[in-house]
Amino acid sequence: MNLFSIAWKSVKQRSVASMLTALSVALGVMLMVVVLVIEGAVDGALNQRSIAYDLIIGAKGSDLQLVLSSVYRVQPPIANLPYMYLDQLQNDRRVETAIPLAFGDFTKPQHGGFPIVGTTNEYFLNEYTPGKMFEVADQEGTRQLSELYDAVIGSQVAHRNGWSVGDQFSIVHGSADSEETHDELFTIVSVLRQTGTPNDRSVFLNLEAVYILDGHQKPIDEVETRLKDFYGNDSERLGIALQQMEELKTRRAKGQQFGDESMGYGLDTPEAMKEITAVFVKTREVFDAISLQSQLKNGSKAMAVNPIRPIKRLMTSFVGPIKSALMVLTGMIIAVSGISIFVSIYNSMSDRKREIGIMRALGARRSSVFSIILAESTVLCIGGGLMGWLIGHGLSVVFAPYVSAQTGLLLDGWALNPMEFVLFPVLLVFGALVGFLPAMTAYRTDVADALTS
Amino acid sequence: MSLLLENVRKSYREPSGHRLPVLGISRYELAQGEQAALVGSSGGGKTTLLNVISGILAPDSGKVVVDGKDIAPLPEVVRDRFRAVKIGFVFQTFNLLPAFTALENVLLGMSFSGRGVDRAFAISLLERVGLEKRLDHTPQRMSVGEQQRVSVARSLANKPSLLLADEPTANVDPANQDLILNLIRDTCKENKVTLLMVTHAMDVANKFDRLDKLADFNDPQAAYQGAAT
Ligand SMILES: Nc1ncnc2c1ncn2[C@@H]1O[C@H](COP(=O)(O)OP(=O)(O)OP(=O)(O)O)[C@@H](O)[C@H]1O
Ligand SMILES: [Mg+2]
Repeated sequence: MNLFSIAWKSVKQRSVASMLTALSVALGVMLMVVVLVIEGAVDGALNQRSIAYDLIIGAKGSDLQLVLSSVYRVQPPIANLPYMYLDQLQNDRRVETAIPLAFGDFTKPQHGGFPIVGTTNEYFLNEYTPGKMFEVADQEGTRQLSELYDAVIGSQVAHRNGWSVGDQFSIVHGSADSEETHDELFTIVSVLRQTGTPNDRSVFLNLEAVYILDGHQKPIDEVETRLKDFYGNDSERLGIALQQMEELKTRRAKGQQFGDESMGYGLDTPEAMKEITAVFVKTREVFDAISLQSQLKNGSKAMAVNPIRPIKRLMTSFVGPIKSALMVLTGMIIAVSGISIFVSIYNSMSDRKREIGIMRALGARRSSVFSIILAESTVLCIGGGLMGWLIGHGLSVVFAPYVSAQTGLLLDGWALNPMEFVLFPVLLVFGALVGFLPAMTAYRTDVADALTS
Repeated sequence: MSLLLENVRKSYREPSGHRLPVLGISRYELAQGEQAALVGSSGGGKTTLLNVISGILAPDSGKVVVDGKDIAPLPEVVRDRFRAVKIGFVFQTFNLLPAFTALENVLLGMSFSGRGVDRAFAISLLERVGLEKRLDHTPQRMSVGEQQRVSVARSLANKPSLLLADEPTANVDPANQDLILNLIRDTCKENKVTLLMVTHAMDVANKFDRLDKLADFNDPQAAYQGAAT
């Protein structure tokens, strides 16, 4: 029998106390693991991996709000850009792809209030995250947005509402709580596979459809003011835009309608009337992104934002501290459970004086009985830690589908945080630390005295 | 020669700072394979003597030669290992570790010798003391007599050259007393182990060919007189 198995015997002998103390360590470690898994998921959802574009271009304002509204779709959008600006971007030789997005509407509250994204099919033909393309869930009808009132929905939207291809729905204007329902019925043509990104809880419509929705057209003079404001020092483009507005005015004055009434009004909408909320841009070279960004910084009403940077800022200033606070808390739970191990072993020492005396009489050295007690406390710490680690990851795996359904966060229950690799060495040291005093008591035990007591 | 004590003195320092002389033995010896009973008054120093012989306590001065080696000057860790290898112990009672089965208690006796454990030998020892059916019993599931037989088996686990027994039959009922006594004496004889047994009971002591009275060869007062400690 080695010292370890002797220690294990005594752990088993005091099984209730051992179990309780190990469980308290397990609880702390379990919470720590769960915090790390959730943090990993939040980090994964918020970091660079969640978008494969180099720049997001929107109206000047808060860069964080632009990213939160266009990538994460959790904030109301900032001001809009003229649609004509998209053309300008697409013709920029630095730009490889420029995809327009328009936000502002939601599915009805009873349908989960998911954000509506007006865009073009190009959105689905680009990677949503580096190396990953959208896939269509396993069902008939893999069309993209081809008809005006087609809709493509994210996995969570489908799951929440039980929607599938062919189902129809209408949307509300402005905010998810709005009563103002648009009359138009949209038909689902595709359900996207789960991506673990905010796309899962988005509804994609034809950008064109968004323009013709009732109430989306601003009064002509308001549009004119905004165009003048945006193109203030670009008289050439402003001229083209204002000319289009004039044509629209004369056409309206004559009572002319273009397009097909059954397809909705406003097919006569000139480009100058249209607006977009954001443009996702892929540049040809890394340097192009920087150059475009700095060019827009001066004298432009638009801004180009690196999608990663504001989120990093958010992570370090907000998510980071919360994580740290939770880690400190779980660390404290582990510390308290360590103290309970100490108390439990220390209290048992007087009962074990005789046992230690017997072992010493059998030839055990002071260092041996010292090691036995130390092994005991480390076994409890490591054993409890292992238990908590397994439970923590197990719970994460079990609850991952539920969490993902509720929040869209993709929990990877078995994802290992680098911190976990130091967890066990730390627990080892910690176990040795809490066992040290009782072990010293064992070390100092007077054999002759212990044998007569 | 299995055991030789020469000019061994041992005193305890009392809390008052006073020295309490307990042992003052000019010469005491046991031949290889010899069996001796040691009797003495309570508080006479018998247990202290056994602790000095086994190296649990170091004497204040003198030679403690066990199996040809003077262990008195050795550091404690060396005495510990020496004890594990050369000396078997049987105590009065509560000898066994409660969490360990009979077999494990015997294996425990082998654990500190540095030689590794010999399971087959441990089982044969338990068979020898008639406990082949109790290998997996923990102490609380055994009678006091059975427990004491386990400790006899354990004391021989490392094939010691000297077995020290401190009143091994004091807590055992009369029927078991003879059984255990004979067991110790017979197994010592079979294995040529020297036996020194402390006892209060004269009927037990009288069974031995050699009966030593501690007071006859121990004079602590004289040993500590004059000589400064
Ligand atoms: N650790 C100690 N510190 C101080 N005095 C001690 C210590 N251990 C024993 N003594 C004293 O030394 C003397 C001898 O004790 P010891 O235990 O050797 O006697 P004993 O012969 O074994 O007695 P008993 O037959 O009652 O077991 C006693 O007077 C005892 O009080
Ligand atoms: Mg005694």
